[in-house]
Amino acid sequence: MKQFYHFILKEFYHIFRDRKTLLILLGMPMAQIIIFGFALSNEVKNAHITIVNQSNGAASVQLVQKIESSKYFELYNQSTQTADIEKMFKRGAIKVALVIPSDFDKTILAQNNARLQIIADATDPNVATTLTAYLSIIVADFQKEINQPNTIPYTIDLETRMMYNPQLKGAYNFVPGVMAMVLLLVCTMMTSLTVVREKELGNMEILLASPVNPLIIILAKAVPYLLLSIINIITILLLSYFVLDVPINGSLTLLFAVSILFILVSLSLGLLISSVTDSQKSAMFISLIVMFLPTVMFSGFIFPIENMPLPLRTISNIIPAKWYFIIVKSVMIKGLGFNLIWKEVLILTGMMLFFFAMAIKKFKIRLS
Amino acid sequence: MEKYHSEQASIVVSSVSKSYTSGKTVVKALDNISFEVEKGSLFGLIGPDGAGKTTLFRILTSLLLFDKGKALVDGFDVISGYKEIRKRIGYMPGRFSLYADLTVQENLNFFASIFETTIDENYDLIKGIYAQIEPFKNRRAGKLSGGMKQKLALSCALIHRPSVLFLDEPTTGVDAVSRKEFWDMLKGLKNEGITILVSTPYMDEANLCDKVALIQSGSILNIDTPHNITHTFSKTIYRIKGRDMQALLLQARQWDFAEQVYPFGEYHHAVIRQQSTELHFPEGVEASRIHPGIEDVFIDLMRNHDQ
Repeated sequence: MKQFYHFILKEFYHIFRDRKTLLILLGMPMAQIIIFGFALSNEVKNAHITIVNQSNGAASVQLVQKIESSKYFELYNQSTQTADIEKMFKRGAIKVALVIPSDFDKTILAQNNARLQIIADATDPNVATTLTAYLSIIVADFQKEINQPNTIPYTIDLETRMMYNPQLKGAYNFVPGVMAMVLLLVCTMMTSLTVVREKELGNMEILLASPVNPLIIILAKAVPYLLLSIINIITILLLSYFVLDVPINGSLTLLFAVSILFILVSLSLGLLISSVTDSQKSAMFISLIVMFLPTVMFSGFIFPIENMPLPLRTISNIIPAKWYFIIVKSVMIKGLGFNLIWKEVLILTGMMLFFFAMAIKKFKIRLS
Repeated sequence: MEKYHSEQASIVVSSVSKSYTSGKTVVKALDNISFEVEKGSLFGLIGPDGAGKTTLFRILTSLLLFDKGKALVDGFDVISGYKEIRKRIGYMPGRFSLYADLTVQENLNFFASIFETTIDENYDLIKGIYAQIEPFKNRRAGKLSGGMKQKLALSCALIHRPSVLFLDEPTTGVDAVSRKEFWDMLKGLKNEGITILVSTPYMDEANLCDKVALIQSGSILNIDTPHNITHTFSKTIYRIKGRDMQALLLQARQWDFAEQVYPFGEYHHAVIRQQSTELHFPEGVEASRIHPGIEDVFIDLMRNHDQ
């Protein structure tokens, strides 16, 4: 026990004396939450639009005003020439254009049948789809307004309710994602690096020539990063609750418990990487390319897994972050209890035991 | 664990071979090496860089497996008895391997704890060495000078009172004064009954060992006491001096009675061919016959080994 205590003490010395790394470790989650919360977002707001109004009647002006007042669009330039649209697209000045033909006001009153054209810059298909959908909704809304005096014989009123996230905030999705990412970075990459550093600097040579049990070497490396990661979870939760208004609907204790489970999975993975690599370079490479990228891609945090072809969906099952992401969303956002997430918890526990057993098994008791 | 009964020898190496594959070529690091180190003696392993000294140290400290042969340390087989060996050896690798970001005292404390002992318990053993760096005990190990680093590393290797001490090139990169101090410390440790195996590329340090082995390209060329090594050497050596030493060296290498000439401090040493009866040194060359030193023997052995 005394051995173990001194080992952990030594790890803390290493961590606290490397101020820059410590600052990165503790600052990274804050930076990520702030970047994802305010800078990076797939919500489309204030998209530049141009409206080519060739009609200029009462109805068309009313429609233009309605679009202008929407928070999704910002009127870039009014024009009456359709030829200008392409120029503006080419300059990248606008994302979408609406053409109101000259007969719009006339036909809408006389024939009950008017036409509009939406032209969108589809270089980013997601943005184009979102913007055309927003425009269609505004137009449909407008149609309802001008129809008010008359009753249309058959109408279906759609009542949509966005469960768990009524305001459709991106933060509800990325906070769990950032938690998975930060924990994986801190635990997997940092632990693998610190063990491999001892191999590179030759410290391991003395440790191996001593009677210390490899289990102690490995566990002592993990403990400080477990504590650091718990601090990181607290920072992320505080920031997301107070700054981004993301609720914590489920049990906080359960959330912490599953987070610690995920930390243990990541730590075991880091230790496994350090057991099979000999240089910091390869440990870094494996952590980043083999672990970090798949986590970003296959956890469901940026790209929905449901849309992936079957082979990729199958691969996503071996990514620990996918399961953690599901659990955090269930507990934090949906407020579910343990009875509904036990399957994911079981999978993570299995992964942890497997990685840890492999890390111990692969630990080399000799050099090379 | 079966303990082999070998009363006198603390280290037994018999026919150990080890080769590495680097790329497609197989490098023989150790080629059929055998020797024994008596309990409580100071054994020197002398050889140039790349001779296989570090490989041998790693094998004996149970850190490396080998292809053929058998090696015992303190009666235990280095492969099957590695756990026992790791309890009783002290090892100081050639490269400074303590924690540079920990202070002197933290390093010593840490190594004491991993051997499940305390500084106080064995303080008397390391006192002579540690006392010299104790004034700097709160300094980070990475900020120490080369000589002080070596003293700290030696203190850490000794903190659990090992029965066998392995020192891989402890004096490489250390100034002359510290080197001398270091060897004095080793003598003190020997008197405590600790067996010491030390390697060095400096031949002048051979005289300070009880017994030395000259190792080159993975083979042992000679093992004996320094006294026997010089006294069994049959060749005649002259030391020569001239005004222009560089020109003299080139000139002397053309003499038909000289087998080999090499610079040696402020003189050159000339090994005389055995059949030569008359030696004609040119005018202005100061020449005198000397007793061969251990370096002369090694230079001769290495030259013959190379051929």
